[in-house]
Amino acid sequence: MHGLALSVLVWLPIGAGVIVLLLGDQRIGLARWVALGAAVVTFVLTLPLIAAFDTSTAAFQFIEHTPWIRRFDAYYALGVDGISLPLVVLTAFMTVPVVIAGWSVIQTRPAQYFAAFLIMEGLMIGVFSSLDALLFYFFWEAMLIPMFLIIGIWGGPRRVYATIKFFLYTFLGSVLMLVALIYLYVKSGHYSIAAFQALPLSQFEQRWIFLAFFAAFAVKVPMWPVHTWLPDAHVEAPTGGSVILAAIMLKMGGYGFLRFSLPITPDASRELDWLIIALSLVAVVYIGFVALVQTDMKKLIAYSSIAHMGFVTLGAFIAYDIVTNTGSLQGAAMGLDGAMVQMISHGLVSGALFLCVGVMYDRLHSRDIAAYGGVINTMPRFAGFMVLFCLANSGLPGTSGFVGEFLVILASFKASFWYALLAGTTLVLGAAYTLWLVKRVIFGPIANAGVASLQDLGSREFLVLAMLALSVLALGVWPAPLLDMMRASIHHLVDQAVATKLPL
Amino acid sequence: MSAIIAEPALTWAGVAPATPEIYLAAALCAVLLVEAFAGEKRRGLADSLTLLVLIGGALLTAAYGHVSQRTTLFHGLYVADELGYVLKLAGFLIVAVTLVYSRAYLDQRDILRGEYGVLCLTALLGIFVLVSANSLITVYIGVELLALSVYALIAFDRDSGVAAEAAMKYFVLSAIASGALLYGMSIIYGMTGSLDLDVIASRVSAGHASLGVIFGLVFIVVAVAFKLGAVPFHMWLPDVYQGAPTSVTLFISTVPQLAYFSLTFRLLAHGLAAVTAEWTQMLVPLAVLTLIVGNFVAIAQSNLKRMLAYSTIANVGFILLGFVAGTPAGYSAALYYTLVYILVVLGSFGVILMASRHGFEADSLDDYKGLYARDPLLAIIMMALMFSTAGVPPFIGFWAKLRIIQELWATQHSVLVIIAAAASVVGAFYYLRIVKLMYFDAPASEVPRPIRHSGARVVLGLNAAAVLALGLLPGALLDLCARILH
Repeated sequence: MHGLALSVLVWLPIGAGVIVLLLGDQRIGLARWVALGAAVVTFVLTLPLIAAFDTSTAAFQFIEHTPWIRRFDAYYALGVDGISLPLVVLTAFMTVPVVIAGWSVIQTRPAQYFAAFLIMEGLMIGVFSSLDALLFYFFWEAMLIPMFLIIGIWGGPRRVYATIKFFLYTFLGSVLMLVALIYLYVKSGHYSIAAFQALPLSQFEQRWIFLAFFAAFAVKVPMWPVHTWLPDAHVEAPTGGSVILAAIMLKMGGYGFLRFSLPITPDASRELDWLIIALSLVAVVYIGFVALVQTDMKKLIAYSSIAHMGFVTLGAFIAYDIVTNTGSLQGAAMGLDGAMVQMISHGLVSGALFLCVGVMYDRLHSRDIAAYGGVINTMPRFAGFMVLFCLANSGLPGTSGFVGEFLVILASFKASFWYALLAGTTLVLGAAYTLWLVKRVIFGPIANAGVASLQDLGSREFLVLAMLALSVLALGVWPAPLLDMMRASIHHLVDQAVATKLPL
Repeated sequence: MSAIIAEPALTWAGVAPATPEIYLAAALCAVLLVEAFAGEKRRGLADSLTLLVLIGGALLTAAYGHVSQRTTLFHGLYVADELGYVLKLAGFLIVAVTLVYSRAYLDQRDILRGEYGVLCLTALLGIFVLVSANSLITVYIGVELLALSVYALIAFDRDSGVAAEAAMKYFVLSAIASGALLYGMSIIYGMTGSLDLDVIASRVSAGHASLGVIFGLVFIVVAVAFKLGAVPFHMWLPDVYQGAPTSVTLFISTVPQLAYFSLTFRLLAHGLAAVTAEWTQMLVPLAVLTLIVGNFVAIAQSNLKRMLAYSTIANVGFILLGFVAGTPAGYSAALYYTLVYILVVLGSFGVILMASRHGFEADSLDDYKGLYARDPLLAIIMMALMFSTAGVPPFIGFWAKLRIIQELWATQHSVLVIIAAAASVVGAFYYLRIVKLMYFDAPASEVPRPIRHSGARVVLGLNAAAVLALGLLPGALLDLCARILH
């Protein structure tokens, strides 16, 4: 009964995007509703998948397997496990607020705006559900085109610089990954990810493949020092673009580490885990300080994203030290659990924060922290949401932000006290930069005439933020369903990651 | 020699595989006559007739030109095989498309004369001869027939100084390359005692190839590199692309690529297969230089035609890499790349032709500023083509690059893999710049709106649709290229 479920999730938004494109700006009223309808339906269609998902197995589910290019033994193969399903749901969920948020704000070429996001949605779901490396790469790269246009057409003043930088950075990383994937194909004769995971590889081969993957995923995450495209892209992108960028696209990097790096090159991951851990800790600590001095709200959230994604990579790669120190696979699984929860939570929270900035930007056309102050006096309902999301961003217990960070810090104690200490600085730094942001923007007396004239949230904005607030709280109070969904797959991943693939 | 005596008598069955050439030679005489008697009043008649000739030729080739196995005709001068069959069908169709794209452009410039079509047909005949050449003599005839037609085509707009200069430049340099080709051939003939490529293949022995053969090989490689436009023999290419009327640039950047592919294939991969190790070694530095120079110099261009010329050079680098692999799979990757490249370049120059109008050549990059606002369809098509050339899925260009890299890995050329990958990232920059100009910049006010040529637009739309459709489902074309070069 779920035969084509994933295909529908991929192609329904793409098809709707094409329809929206054809309807064009002349019939924008209808086009908007088609876009919203498609986004909502896609999300609703993910719900039966959650219900039917068998949490007791690490095997891929809802599998589709059709020959695509016989010469290369490449298949149109889709399927999800406990690692990809939450990300698929997150993607479908986050597109809805993006469409609503752009409803009346986008005035230039609105039909293309909605179409671009719908097409992106389909491609991103494709990335998370591909079981074939060629298909994965196909979706992974194709996604750059709509994002390139989104930043370039609807972005801020330096949008052209930002979007070309974004494209070339990610393209360079991806091409190296492609080179590695083709190498694996030539060696194994297949393009299926499972075949790559089973293929024995020497340490030398693994090291280079690991570095090629690293080039693609580290740029996408992004990890320090290849993060510089992100603040530019975020600042210049329209609100919807920032939301998708932060909420979903960054997760692809994290997902890539979990799906490709750890299982395909486990021995190289073990050898080079210090590299990832070091860069992650730099991201957490150094980027935390960088975030502190930002004067632009979007830039601040962008840097905060880099710091938070540092937790994802840290959680994924401390596994080896934990297993060496304690021999406990359970501890390694905890780090990966934390990484996954952090990805979902960050998707919700950073998306929500960018939407909040968008709400203010639509009114005063400034992202400068200094242009605001005392917003709570004129926009009390908005201030409530903003404070909630900021608290979630700084990891307040009871919000989703807490769960992921807590699990990762706990796990890193088992790896090394120093890792935990450095990772723990985020509790101070994260709180410092977000709460200081809240203080300067939301609280205090009304700073200027602009703020005095602010109107509180409209019903559309309220709906969007309420949706996200509920999810952030739900995940924070009761993360168990998410953890259950992931458990079997994470355990399987730990087994793959600690096994050796060296040829005998 | 006994091989000659064994040749069957001239019967219909004996010449049927040569139907495309025979038909084309007859048809182009007919077009020439019609043009001579039609007079000035019915200009455009010869052009339409040429189009009919091409479509008829494609149908005729499909009906009679196919051979189930490799056959040699005319005392071994001519070979009919699946490669020739496919390339000839493609040749008819590609020339037809270039004529459809060019018609309005030529009309606006008052150079829509019958000779244009005739010259395209003679060039095509040269290409066919080259595609089916199985002897050094046939190769040379094909090369010269093609080159002479192209000289005339480049100078077709006789009032244009730049076009005449480009034609002159091409003529002089091309003559030197022809000289190198002849010299190399004469040495190979001297060493092997035969002009027949099959015989040459059997007499050049692997491993201990004589110095003489290698000496001749060098000249042949130089000539091939010149024809393809590989660095450092690329100097003519940007000037010719920029100087020629855009419709001629469209022609010379597409159809002759089929011929140059088979020139390389028949001479090097077939005739001199025994010394594959030697000529692949020679192609490696050429390919690397070509990739680097093509991509980096393209960035600095402000003229779109010139930029596409350097982009052609960069693509030639990829085609050469396919040959560097030195395996049938590598040649099929090069063939696939060639066909894909032609499909995409057809569309790109088609867009330039359609963005031009009377008294206005849309060849400066600035002319594309805000094209989206002026003509969304043209802009969308150009965007798809640019992303395709950059090698971004879902467009077909991605598979072409993938095939080349695959074959390089399969033959363990890891350094070349990295260079090819890096070159494609550099290339992405200038293709993106076109998209940026069309979509992100405001239109310059004095640029005239493109006029609409409905027929050509439909073909252009189909061309772009093919770039997307073959990108989504690349299997069939990949299989075809692999099958005919197995």
